[in-house]
Amino acid sequence: MNRTTILYAVLLALALVAPFGVYPVFLMKVLCFAIFACAFNLLLGFTGLLSFGHASFFGVAGYVTGNMLRDYGWPVEFAILAGVAAAAILGTVFGWLAIRRTGIYFAMVTLALAQMVYFVCVQAEWFTGGENGLQGVPRGALLGVIDLNNDLSLYYFILAVFIAAFWFIHRTVTSPFGQVLKAVRENEPRAISLGYNVDRYKLMSFVLSATVAGLGGALKCIVFQLTSLTDVHWYTSGEVVLMTLLGGMGTILGPVVGAGTIVTLQNYLASGAFASSVPIVLGFIFVVCVMAFRRGIVGEIHAFVKRSF
Amino acid sequence: MTEHGEYMLETRNLSKEFRGFLAVDDVNLQVRKGEIHALIGPNGAGKTTVFNLLTKFHMPSRGQILFKGRDITRAKPSDIARQGIVRSFQISAVFPHLTVLENVVVPLQRKAGLTTQFWRSGKALEALHGQARELLDWVGLADMADTVTVELPYGSKRALEIVTTLALDPELLLLDEPTQGMGHEDVDKVVELIHRVAADRTVLMVEHNLSVVSRLSNRITVLQRGSVLAEGDYDTVSNNPEVKAAYIGGQHAESA
Repeated sequence: MNRTTILYAVLLALALVAPFGVYPVFLMKVLCFAIFACAFNLLLGFTGLLSFGHASFFGVAGYVTGNMLRDYGWPVEFAILAGVAAAAILGTVFGWLAIRRTGIYFAMVTLALAQMVYFVCVQAEWFTGGENGLQGVPRGALLGVIDLNNDLSLYYFILAVFIAAFWFIHRTVTSPFGQVLKAVRENEPRAISLGYNVDRYKLMSFVLSATVAGLGGALKCIVFQLTSLTDVHWYTSGEVVLMTLLGGMGTILGPVVGAGTIVTLQNYLASGAFASSVPIVLGFIFVVCVMAFRRGIVGEIHAFVKRSF
Repeated sequence: MTEHGEYMLETRNLSKEFRGFLAVDDVNLQVRKGEIHALIGPNGAGKTTVFNLLTKFHMPSRGQILFKGRDITRAKPSDIARQGIVRSFQISAVFPHLTVLENVVVPLQRKAGLTTQFWRSGKALEALHGQARELLDWVGLADMADTVTVELPYGSKRALEIVTTLALDPELLLLDEPTQGMGHEDVDKVVELIHRVAADRTVLMVEHNLSVVSRLSNRITVLQRGSVLAEGDYDTVSNNPEVKAAYIGGQHAESA
């Protein structure tokens, strides 16, 4: 067994026993955002595209899943699939429009589109509940048998989906397709001159990323039985950038660590006397991260291990 | 029009304007099959612009580009690579954070159709490693296969770039200043490499170094201010009084 296998085995064991020591809903929140950040990292870290509109996929998937569960009585599995499909379709539209531009313009196009989605969500109260959010979403029962109202059952379900999503991203990154993405990220003109129609690969990466981001949003809706305007707000788009950078973009585990750190901080600060200072603290961390350790937590550990052994 | 057969690449009245500035003016270029054709000229003569037009990184304002008699004026850059034209870049164009082996695998996997399968294991690419190693061996980089490319010396990067291009087995190779920024030893290596590459291919290169041009090219086109000043073999061109005048006092005079 090599070191990586041992590391993953330890992490899995910890994840399995964690809900007996830590509040399960908190853990589930971490996992949902970890899925979101892993999806985002596929685009930023492995394709070199900075999207500033990923909250759209996260939030819209949540709204669709919530509506299907609450108003249409769909089984939970299908409601999740519907949310994910909505994110995929929205991702195709966003991606198709945005990949024609690069760099900052790409980010601006995604932000503009996401703002449009946000204001549609504000207006479409019949679908989103407007300012109140989409509340009272039933969690349902897995396969009609396992009652997900039990936090522990839901936790293991979410953990299983997280592992699948994590594996999927890992597979994509190490696949032949992932190698093409890295080539495009490293030297786009060169990839073109070797005959690659790079827009096609960027679009595929964008859609995959949006789809998995939607999965995170759909699960979050089930955990909190709620999707609100916060989930489609640009603030959430920024948060996922922060999680990815803090954890280490372009590393497999980085986004998970980043999501864990940020969610923990938010929870910790929100319950104390500093509740209103969360954005200040996060902003401070962001600055320190960008100035002092650009490779992120996992990236720095990687570099340290490489230097020392 | 029977002469199409002998031209690998041909331009007719090729022109490019940038906001009123005529960078390339009515250039008629004929690259014969099997030759090494060099495009030279003082700085700002429009060599790189012609190059970018040929590789479709710029769209011509006027004129036509024919590849083997086929009009490719409106083709996309990635399309012409598929048809058999592959370019190199002025600044060494490698994928810096991939390994040397992966650099060669990237073009091979496109030919093998292993590009969109995001669900397949990366092991699928191992089928191409043998071919990639053979190519690396050909330029003496086989020992460096697992090195991260950014760590290679400059000359080796250049060799890697050329061999990456060869992985696509192009009929026409476009080289943009292949020896730029190199020491003597590396220049000799690259010249020898281009010589070997050109044995069964057509090459069009932009090159500053006139000694490289004289050693390699069968045919030379001299550009000045966007137009063709002279054309012919090295002796014809170097004895042309207009060419001499264009180069006098220039940085290239001494290297000639």
